[in-house]
Amino acid sequence: MTASVVDLTRPSAQRARLGVPEVDVRICLGTGGVAAGSREVVRAFEDGLRGSGVYAVIRPREDTCEGHCASVTGTGCKGLCAMDPLVEIRINRDGRSHKVTYGQVTPAMVDKIIAEHVIGGQPIDKWLVLTDDGQTQYDSFFGLQEKLALRHVGVIDPEDIDDYLEADGYQALYKVISSMTPEQVVSEIVASGLRGRGGAGFSTGQKWKFAAEATSIDGMKYFICNGDEGDPGAFMDCSVLEGDPHAVFEGMAIGAFAIGAREGYMYVRAEYPLALRRIKIALAAAETRGLIGDNIMGSDFSFHIKLKEGAGAFVCGEETALMQSIEGNRGMPRMRPPYPAVSGLWARPTNINNVETLSAVPWIILNGAEAFASRGYERSKGTKVFALAGKVKRTGLAEVPMGLTLRQVIFDIGGGIKNEKVFKAVQMGGPSGGCLPESLLDLPVDYESINKTGAIVGSGGMVVIDQDNCIVDTARYFLQFTQHESCGKCPPCRIGTKRMLDLLNKICEGRGAPSDIAFLEEISQSVQIGSLCGLGATAPNPVLTALKYFREEFEEHINEKKCRAGQCKALTTFTIDPVACTGCRACARVCPVEAITGEKKEPHLIDQELCIKCGACYDKCRFDAVRRA
Amino acid sequence: MAKDCAVSDQVDQELEDRFVQLLDTYRGQKGALIPLLQGAQAIFRYLPQHVMQRVAEGAGEPLSKVLGVATFYAQFRLVPQARHAVRCCHGTACHVSGAVPITEEVERFLEIHSGQNTPDMMFGLEEVHCVGACGMAPVVMIDDRAYGKLTPEKAVNVVKDFRAQCGGGNGGSSTGPAEDAAGKDEG
Repeated sequence: MTASVVDLTRPSAQRARLGVPEVDVRICLGTGGVAAGSREVVRAFEDGLRGSGVYAVIRPREDTCEGHCASVTGTGCKGLCAMDPLVEIRINRDGRSHKVTYGQVTPAMVDKIIAEHVIGGQPIDKWLVLTDDGQTQYDSFFGLQEKLALRHVGVIDPEDIDDYLEADGYQALYKVISSMTPEQVVSEIVASGLRGRGGAGFSTGQKWKFAAEATSIDGMKYFICNGDEGDPGAFMDCSVLEGDPHAVFEGMAIGAFAIGAREGYMYVRAEYPLALRRIKIALAAAETRGLIGDNIMGSDFSFHIKLKEGAGAFVCGEETALMQSIEGNRGMPRMRPPYPAVSGLWARPTNINNVETLSAVPWIILNGAEAFASRGYERSKGTKVFALAGKVKRTGLAEVPMGLTLRQVIFDIGGGIKNEKVFKAVQMGGPSGGCLPESLLDLPVDYESINKTGAIVGSGGMVVIDQDNCIVDTARYFLQFTQHESCGKCPPCRIGTKRMLDLLNKICEGRGAPSDIAFLEEISQSVQIGSLCGLGATAPNPVLTALKYFREEFEEHINEKKCRAGQCKALTTFTIDPVACTGCRACARVCPVEAITGEKKEPHLIDQELCIKCGACYDKCRFDAVRRA
Repeated sequence: MAKDCAVSDQVDQELEDRFVQLLDTYRGQKGALIPLLQGAQAIFRYLPQHVMQRVAEGAGEPLSKVLGVATFYAQFRLVPQARHAVRCCHGTACHVSGAVPITEEVERFLEIHSGQNTPDMMFGLEEVHCVGACGMAPVVMIDDRAYGKLTPEKAVNVVKDFRAQCGGGNGGSSTGPAEDAAGKDEG
């Protein structure tokens, strides 16, 4: 092998030659950041720094840093989405370097930050979310985390391959090509204990081993990255693809080397337009540099990656359905065996891994299997990214060693429940998982412990719900989802989920009968046993866990026609307490159907005929005069 | 009112040329059916029957298979689409944070139901499952831009602002569509 490292070290050399800008501003441009307005903040920093009369805004590694210069870079998601747009500012001055991160930055705040902090040297404490010494209220969000899969996400510019190269990018691939055999690569991944992060938790190394050992009639094997992150409430793959696409390519290339594949597919759902755009940019750059394609780094190893845009079908996250989709068919799963490792895409041996799994691979190769396996808990090694969302204060992405307790993740990292409400449940594993109650919060988060509860770790979505969320409605939501996404191939899933949804609708609409609970459990069993693929087999989990831990809420809906969360419209009425009502008219103004009448400063009245039970008046009233029952 | 980002009349031939080019690009490639349909939809904004017919011929597949694929995936549209897609996210995080009242309010404002287009073809309204911005829930997307931490009131304002920007007179370089094109120009 004649692999060469010249290309890999050039960006660092370039920076060493041209110098480091005095001010380095990095702003989250992930989907969440953009939704919070970070593009406008980028512009405000560029304009503000230029307009300051002090700084020249330059492009690092291209322009020489002379005098006072600054760079403004867009990165992927920094994790603390609740505080987006996040802006990290590193100031290199007088031989010292210090870094802070501001949260919820608006363009209006930028001039003050530039004047007082960048020029004046005095950070604005009240806007900070992270400092070098960890002295902010968000310390516990960052402090418990250990970023392996997300190591570059939110740090580097995903659209600049040099940024990745400077952060040891493609060094793992170089190490593999220049000094390891495919067998050694497989053993290394087996030894690390890495398990598939997409949901099933199967050993990645074992999967590679099967594909490596399989023989192909014409020598073709395929390596696929499953970026069809469909689980509603999980967005870690989106974040990795948007923030560090090269790490995924590198993981794929290492895997392809290990199993002997020359062609690969990156399958990404079309609902992630930003990820798709960045992947296209990154792939073109990697190909231009000879890091993906023919004779990678001058060796005799060739690996091509094709991008496939998903067309919107949750079931395509299932590996056999995904391959059907790549072949241009309806994405319907088929029986296994034969497993894809033996007969996959176009009947050739195929390996499929999830995005987060692949982004951990280069880290393992560079740092060793030991280092990965030393983290984690029992049979769940390493770190896992969790997506915290719902009623938790600090929504975002957190990567933690496996084995932290649910309480640590939700209350220490997530900061507890929004608006001082009461924790009700955490939904784990999306449509294949379930809602876990307060009493299970001290469980360690690892594959085995969570499986025992009836939920699953899944892809790592954790949606927290509070007292205002109805557990029956939550179960119904997931059944609605799986019923809608069922491909229709096998009747237990197609008909079973439909019947379960009918029953749940009935209960939510106040027409439930006591026998419905037993009926739900009975159908659940049939669907679990009889379905062809994981989508159907796990579809009853949200209902079964809800019944297991929150049975009394189902019984209340059925027997007392009562929804304690006030979410099921048929079981809820809104009234105004004439004593508490001050006649401020706030509710009447917000009512979309003009159901609220009353003179100013007189008690108001809700016309129950007109009321659509949207709850807008309930949310708006500052005097607790709107009652929900 | 909203004439804005309208497609002018003389583009039919241009669309046809792009479509022919698309068919040529994928001719003889295996697994090309879905990219062909995606490309065709990017050109015509939906999949008229005659287009599916020609895709079938181009890909060497029976029309029944093309229709089977087109109806299986959520992305494909068999009826004309409005110029801008308003997608109300109904992922788990958005659902528990109030996606339902938001969608209802946007429906009332636009005077259409999910799955329909406004009569002026400016907006099409859809419910989608998870756009990957759960940390900002509840979220609405207009074309490729996500708007987060919404209430029913804020969501309607987002739609109003977008309409004002897009149809607001000086035409030409309006916001949404430029980004839209950047994301989708490849077949």
